[in-house]
Amino acid sequence: MGVSGTTNDWATTTLDTAVNWARANSLWPMPFGTACCGIEMMAAFMAKYDTARFGSEVMKFSPRQSDLLIVSGRISLKMMPVLQRIWEQMPEPKWCISMGACASSGGVFDTYTLIQGVDQFIPVDAYMPGCPPRPEAFLDALMMVQEKAKKGQAKSQEYVTGDASSDPARSVAFRTPDTHYRHGADRSTPAKEKSGG
Amino acid sequence: MIVYTPENHLPLIAKVEAHLGERLLGREEKSHYHQFKVLAKDARALIQFLRDEPGLGFAMFIDLTAVDYLKYPVAQPERFAVITTLLSPSLGIRVQVKAFVAGGEPRIPSLADLYAGANWTEREVWDLYGIEFLGHPDLKRILMPDDFDGHPLRKDYPLRGRGERGNFPVYHATTQKPQGDA
Ligand code: SF4
Repeated sequence: MGVSGTTNDWATTTLDTAVNWARANSLWPMPFGTACCGIEMMAAFMAKYDTARFGSEVMKFSPRQSDLLIVSGRISLKMMPVLQRIWEQMPEPKWCISMGACASSGGVFDTYTLIQGVDQFIPVDAYMPGCPPRPEAFLDALMMVQEKAKKGQAKSQEYVTGDASSDPARSVAFRTPDTHYRHGADRSTPAKEKSGG
Repeated sequence: MIVYTPENHLPLIAKVEAHLGERLLGREEKSHYHQFKVLAKDARALIQFLRDEPGLGFAMFIDLTAVDYLKYPVAQPERFAVITTLLSPSLGIRVQVKAFVAGGEPRIPSLADLYAGANWTEREVWDLYGIEFLGHPDLKRILMPDDFDGHPLRKDYPLRGRGERGNFPVYHATTQKPQGDA
């Protein structure tokens, strides 16, 4: 962006830069708070830490009107298709913050039911360490996403997107979950037929 | 409010002992209630007695849970125990019934027709321990996904599962250009 030095009433830029700048400073978060990290996320949005300074104070519980998914908390096997469906409902361009040890790696919960890192299923732009992370860490992650947005980058662009519903190999959100919850050893055998009715 | 003393439980203990006789495996004084131990086949009759006997009136269902004693260091009568906690609003005291259920195909009569609150807690115990509640109106999983195999709170279920976590297809980053309005 170039700003004229002599007169202060005009500036030159490219349309992309202007659009990216606008996007970066008006990220609309979609909170996905499933556990204790969600509480810390709420603290980050309150008056003391004041996410409004970064233009992203409007928490929208509607994925279709937001472009920043904040996964804050544990994601179980049963919740993960919901999370992925919400991600796929968000319009491009979109970013994702994985907040806390659980969302990023499963944390201490290395158990039969917990996803060991949401980045196996959705593209993550910024990871936040901590259990839970401080609101300052949240703001740091938000600023990292802003930097990416200013450059027009998003992790989701590195992934094949396209029509997820037509390619079941890439999306679990649109599959019937019949085979997923069964034991790994059963993977080759079809799920038991449910009696019709 | 009635404060707990061992004395105000004496009528309850006397009534239960008289009612069950030999079938009472034992009782234990806990911090603020008594626990009666029975076999699964006697549990429902005892709970019905506690509910309907004049002077007892354990009309309020508090909780129902289970224990798997598979690797417990102290020997127990059976592998599983189903633990029901009840409250008597008139006496102001609680009581716990511990019903031992044999392993293999664990089965115990349902309480869902005595207490509406037992319906979902029994489904939870079925879901996580695989204990079947005979006569339950709608015994299906409540926490785990409907088509999950196994009962994960059993002590012989591996902590990291049996590969369920690996069954989901994962996203892979690719160098391919995104389609559409790139
Ligand atoms: S990382 Fe810690 S605070 Fe966050 S959801 Fe996990 S256990 Fe809770």
